[in-house]
Amino acid sequence: MIDKRCSSPHEAVAPVHDGATVMIGGFGSAGSPVELIHALIDRGPRGLTVISNNAGCGRVGLAALIEAGRVERVVCSFPRSADAEVFASAYRAGRVALDLVPQGTLAERIRAGGAGVPAFYTPVGAGTPLGHGKERRSFGGRECVLEHALTADFALVKAERADRYGNLVYRKTARNFGPIMCMASRVAIVQARRIVEPGEIDPEAVVTPGVFVQRVVEVRGPADESDLVREGRRYP
Amino acid sequence: MSAQAGWSRDEMAALAALDIPDGTYVNLGIGIPELVARHVPAGRELVFHTENGLLGVGPPPTPGDEDPDLINAGKSPVTALPGAAYFHHADSFAMIRGGHIGVCVLGAMQVSATGDLANWSTGEPDAIPAVGGAMDLVAGVGRVLVLMEHATRRGEPKLVERCTLPLTGVGVVSRVYTNLAVVDITPGGLVARRLAPGVALDAVRACTGAPLIDGREGERP
Repeated sequence: MIDKRCSSPHEAVAPVHDGATVMIGGFGSAGSPVELIHALIDRGPRGLTVISNNAGCGRVGLAALIEAGRVERVVCSFPRSADAEVFASAYRAGRVALDLVPQGTLAERIRAGGAGVPAFYTPVGAGTPLGHGKERRSFGGRECVLEHALTADFALVKAERADRYGNLVYRKTARNFGPIMCMASRVAIVQARRIVEPGEIDPEAVVTPGVFVQRVVEVRGPADESDLVREGRRYP
Repeated sequence: MSAQAGWSRDEMAALAALDIPDGTYVNLGIGIPELVARHVPAGRELVFHTENGLLGVGPPPTPGDEDPDLINAGKSPVTALPGAAYFHHADSFAMIRGGHIGVCVLGAMQVSATGDLANWSTGEPDAIPAVGGAMDLVAGVGRVLVLMEHATRRGEPKLVERCTLPLTGVGVVSRVYTNLAVVDITPGGLVARRLAPGVALDAVRACTGAPLIDGREGERP
């Protein structure tokens, strides 16, 4: 029998080891898997490479993971915001390395990683500082750069509903990186607001088929990261 | 010429909105470009795309109705109109890179006479680098419109012969709407199509960093 359910966020993130590469879903606070990240802080793996669109806000979620000194490198498109002081100070102090990637290139590198495509050419970034040093080739007279796929040991993703097979449905713009990060990681760990019986999610409406998901845990009342930031909360 | 002279930001946005044909899928950058959505001419339907994963972006919610899972690329709460669709990031950028979004409207720090755009980095060594979706948008969207002040607060031109700031894209901008003028990027260089009321061409040229051809098509209502 296939049953990917875990009993707690702590159990769900237990396999994450020192030095792992971890994709973390979310665009700003929408889709940020706060409970899984906090469980990861409690479990204590270090030397992580994090692939995420942003680099955390306030002193919760990804920002708290960075503040706890667990992150060695961040691969992202937009680490700057009004509340992103934790990343900024860690970056300026040389405690965290940054690979800056255009947002769509980041998404496509992740999608490619999940789809078994090792690299692809794209016009995005050609002729700009972010295209420097990359293999170049012209297609139809248009300059392109070679971008390599991204894969990860783990992904932490927030969904709305899941079943024991790992089929997922998301909520509104919180979907963002969830589906492709599940595809591109060896072990996709998902927190869902509800875990339902198989069949309760209409097969026509499944967004992420369960084959891409390895562990699911129910988090009934997930915290919204922007609320925690507004309240000035910090973790732990 | 002071930064306040000429058109207001809303007037600039209204001019840009007037240039976007009925039925276009449009991506609006964060900040001033978002004003374009308020000025869609009556009888015209535009579908607004936000790169974090929504087609059919509606107006901001009434206070108290915000949904943290329903935001735009600037991370502000929005609404979804009837007929809207949600999708993941790779699909969203396939829409952009694949040429399915007809127009994007962006802000800029500098635009060159050949349409190079600089809008993601001030180039200051201490700044935290951040790029977001700007490079993807300019590489993939057919028509890139820029809304910006004509000069910096210090009076330095933002329309320049060559960008000195880090580039977002090479030869990508089609048209620029400033507080002083509407300027096309053409193979022959910068062409002024329209000037703000009471603004003289010489005054615009004085704060433009590249030759500006007079291409006005006569008075419009």
